[in-house]
Amino acid sequence: MNAPPAPPLRKFGTAVPRLEDRRFLMGAGNYVDDQLFPGQTWAAFVRSPHGHAAIRSIDTRAARAAPGVIAVLTGADFASLPPMPCGWMIHSRDGEPMRVGERRVVATQRVRYVGEPVAVVIAESRDAARDAADLVEVDWDELPAVADVAAAAADGAPELHANAPGNLAFDWELGDSAAVEAAMARSAHCVTLTLRNNRLVPNAIEPRAINARWDPVEEKLDIRMTHQNPIGMRMFYAAVYGLAAEHRLRIVSPDVGGGFGSKAHNYPEEVAVAFAAKLVGRPVKWTAERTEAFLTDAHGRDHLSTATLALDPDGRFLALRVDTLAAMGAYLSSTGSLIPTYMYATMLSGQYAIPAIHCRTRAIYTNTAPVDAYRGAGRPEAAYLVERMVGLAARRLAIDEAEIRRRNLIRHFPYRTPVEWVYDSGNYEAGLDQALALADWAGFPARKAEAAARGRLRGIGMSAYVEACGIGPSAILARLGAGAGMWDSAEVRVHPAGTVEVLSGAHSHGQGHATAIAQLVADRFGIPMEQVSVIQGDTDRIQAGTGTYGSRASVGMSATARACDRIIEKAKRIAGHLLAVPAETVDFADGLFASAATNATLSFGELAFAAHAASGFPTDEIEPGLVAQSFFDPPNFTFPSGVHVAEIEIDPETGQTEVVGFAAADDFGVLANPMIVEGQVMGGVAQGLGQALLETCVYDPETAQLMTASFMDYAMPRADSFPELRLGFGCTPSPSNPLGMKGCGEAGAIGAPAAVINAVCHALDIDHIDMPATAERVWEILEARRREQG
Amino acid sequence: MHAFAYCRPAALADALRELAADAEARPLAGGQTLLPVMRARLAAPSRLVDLARVRELTGIAAAPGGLRLGAMETHAAIAEHPAVKRLAPALARLAGGIGDPQVRNRGTIGGSLANNDPAACYPAALLALGAAIETDRRTLAAEDFFTGLFATALAPGELVVAVQVPAAPAAAYVKFPQPASRFALVGAFVLRTEAGYRVAITGGGMGVFRWTEAEAALDSGATGADLAGVPLDPELFTGDLHASARYRRALARVAVARALADPAFAA
Ligand SMILES: Cc1cc2nc3c(=O)[nH]c(=O)nc-3n(C[C@H](O)[C@H](O)[C@H](O)COP(=O)(O)OP(=O)(O)OC[C@H]3O[C@@H](n4cnc5c(N)ncnc54)[C@H](O)[C@@H]3O)c2cc1C
Repeated sequence: MNAPPAPPLRKFGTAVPRLEDRRFLMGAGNYVDDQLFPGQTWAAFVRSPHGHAAIRSIDTRAARAAPGVIAVLTGADFASLPPMPCGWMIHSRDGEPMRVGERRVVATQRVRYVGEPVAVVIAESRDAARDAADLVEVDWDELPAVADVAAAAADGAPELHANAPGNLAFDWELGDSAAVEAAMARSAHCVTLTLRNNRLVPNAIEPRAINARWDPVEEKLDIRMTHQNPIGMRMFYAAVYGLAAEHRLRIVSPDVGGGFGSKAHNYPEEVAVAFAAKLVGRPVKWTAERTEAFLTDAHGRDHLSTATLALDPDGRFLALRVDTLAAMGAYLSSTGSLIPTYMYATMLSGQYAIPAIHCRTRAIYTNTAPVDAYRGAGRPEAAYLVERMVGLAARRLAIDEAEIRRRNLIRHFPYRTPVEWVYDSGNYEAGLDQALALADWAGFPARKAEAAARGRLRGIGMSAYVEACGIGPSAILARLGAGAGMWDSAEVRVHPAGTVEVLSGAHSHGQGHATAIAQLVADRFGIPMEQVSVIQGDTDRIQAGTGTYGSRASVGMSATARACDRIIEKAKRIAGHLLAVPAETVDFADGLFASAATNATLSFGELAFAAHAASGFPTDEIEPGLVAQSFFDPPNFTFPSGVHVAEIEIDPETGQTEVVGFAAADDFGVLANPMIVEGQVMGGVAQGLGQALLETCVYDPETAQLMTASFMDYAMPRADSFPELRLGFGCTPSPSNPLGMKGCGEAGAIGAPAAVINAVCHALDIDHIDMPATAERVWEILEARRREQG
Repeated sequence: MHAFAYCRPAALADALRELAADAEARPLAGGQTLLPVMRARLAAPSRLVDLARVRELTGIAAAPGGLRLGAMETHAAIAEHPAVKRLAPALARLAGGIGDPQVRNRGTIGGSLANNDPAACYPAALLALGAAIETDRRTLAAEDFFTGLFATALAPGELVVAVQVPAAPAAAYVKFPQPASRFALVGAFVLRTEAGYRVAITGGGMGVFRWTEAEAALDSGATGADLAGVPLDPELFTGDLHASARYRRALARVAVARALADPAFAA
């Protein structure tokens, strides 16, 4: 046998540069809009200009006569398709199932938000389709509209759906209301706050896009579509819409330019395009324009909540009561019902031992784009609420923000909260101390004095969060209303020459799976990363998977690890024959199969070759080849945690707030690639700061017109909106993930908003300010104070 | 975008002829305003007359008493030009604070003036400086050029050719950006000459204007701190999604006070 190669360096857990970045940075990304099929046509949608209106009639004659037009389809043409489903069943407190307002793929009688599709034009070019779309004449009967969640829940509000009186989709609760009542009765202090979690637009850099055709050679409906979960979409398109049977349906999601959850959903436009492609017998493509993205991508957040936190004389938390109005938009989106329930109320214990918690959530229809998962999905809303309550309690009881948290931290794991979940592991106090050190919490008074000398108001604020990632196991989720299994899958194929292909059920939309998975597999097999390729997003190549959202790539990574281990088990048996030693004595480490009984070794490559040569071992006992697939159904969620500290300065004359310091100490368990993780934290924090200070989606309350429909009016955070972030990591491995990973994709967006608002409140010495804390809102507070002081 | 014809003449006379021949034709400068509007299908010119190659519209040079800036000079070119930095440093800084690098490298002074966005930066400078705007047929004082919201004295088919700016050693511009677009939520350009102060405000919402009461107060010895009590007509401010009229008005006072604190006024 050859001299053993030097053992490769460990890759998993190190900051390996991302394999995909060279391609992305050099303009070699491959997105849906980059591709054309022979005979390509384009779709353009005719959309509702009204927030709420009945359709009296639609005249398509002029559009059909326009140059280049192939077809003009209205709701009637899509009548054979079932309504858009919501995939998570929630039952109200009284046991009634949620009231699902019917959402047609293309509206037939009534529209309920600006941008809702009412017709589709298919034409020979994008411009011809757009020009003809302008010629479709709809006779509208405008109806009173309501965009604000509180207004929609109020008596006498315009109603969106006949089967949902009061615009109520469901009135749901979690927790023990009586226990909360009793705890409050004997508490020393209660603090109460009404707060709004502002509506956000996800704004992926690549807008939604689809290109669909009937492939006559393969006899398949062949779809290219930017999506976080193409395999899930194949199931939807086959099982729900019957567009084609699953084995006659291919969905490829090539490079996906961001999603933040907004590309995990099932949207009417994509269904309409796939259906239209079959109808017209030509490939049909649609790429959303930016305005369409603002109008029709599922938005995030939009809660109005009132909460009361009860404390004992020492500032220990006794009970938390939360009453939330959650805007659903005009219809229940794919997982719209899940977000303000099991992704939200279950997280209201935060990092704290709170004996009693109760949450009531009323899900309310509004004349706006539907609301669904957006980076964090329910968990940011929960963390913001809890951490604002804690910040307010600290202020009212005059206890240091860090100290009040320290007194209430959960210290023993697993920990069962009063709101369903069992936290897997953590060391919250270590995280708190790490954050205090990173932020130089103790040095704040000096910095405040220095800022005051410059005429600036400086504040510091903290937020401690727990979130839930790697959603599973399927059985528990089914009990809570899930409509699909929540495992993930991977297949690992070893080629005869020892190179490896991983078919991943997880699908990157920017996270760098191709790198992280290659790191994992390279280490498992003791081979260089260059010998591993990761294939994602093509249902013809990947049989099973659940995609990437909710920071769940660690589930797919675990499936990958298990598939690798199965291959190693089999390879050891083959090695036993080749090395003429009992299989049980074969060890595999650093790419070498060896037995203590002999000096002989086999490299991974040699073994791979032998497994395919199939001559040195009995193929009636051991099949040739080295391929394994694994389905991993996690035994529990994983529960990442962290403490974020924001330091801000306010210009008292203008109210402008500047974030001058930001520290994040996060515990994501084991990190596959710390550089990728840092990037995820930074991106998440950017969005969190954006929510706290800049971003907000505004509808006109009367007309339900979207006022912030472009980047000229919707303020995104930019590089100069925040300082250099100070990041630190703790590590309590998750016992519910074989790799000890917990997930990191959403943490920044979950932790940052409350830290910033707590800091603003601290600087201003106030109880509360709603997000976004714009310059004018801050100025109004200071101006009122200046007036009072004469 | 609707379909349109396109031409790129090299001489001013050709550009004017193209524009005169077609009432629906529009000049194209940096395209930073016009193209997004066309993409949103809010404008549908039949023809774009691209001014990029028109020789007569370029050039930055010292001129008697100040500077002459060609209409097609970009914000970036104006921000970086040594003559502008020397003779009107506040104008160079203003140009360097417009939009982002992409906008500054495409957008032009002529396009900005012709567009007269009520939140644009240059109009405040030109009004305060008493600049003159040369067109293909006349020269207009800045106060006669800016006539209202997105409105100017330009006749159809008339082109801005250049801007004449007096030298302005003691001047400063302070802008508070609208957080999404970063246009001016409010901006103030303050100039001091031997004749006295001139103060122009942009972003109020009703179009650029001079705050004459502040000018008079400063001329009689008031300082930035005294401006709080100087009358400022509330009718000149409007509210929108991004700020109330009240807040804009308050910011205007702060902007002027901060401009006055600029080292340019130290001498
Ligand atoms: C993201 C962004 C941020 C911005 N921020 C700012 C800011 O902070 N401050 C600010 O002041 N501006 C800002 N702008 C506007 C920017 O300055 C544009 O460049 C300017 O408004 C238009 O100039 P342009 O050369 O692009 O003109 P174009 O868009 O090409 O043309 C604008 C209009 O002027 C007409 N026109 C062009 N040239 C002439 C001419 N020589 N004679 C007659 N008519 C002409 C065109 O027909 C058109 O109607 C911003 C723009 C963007 C996109």
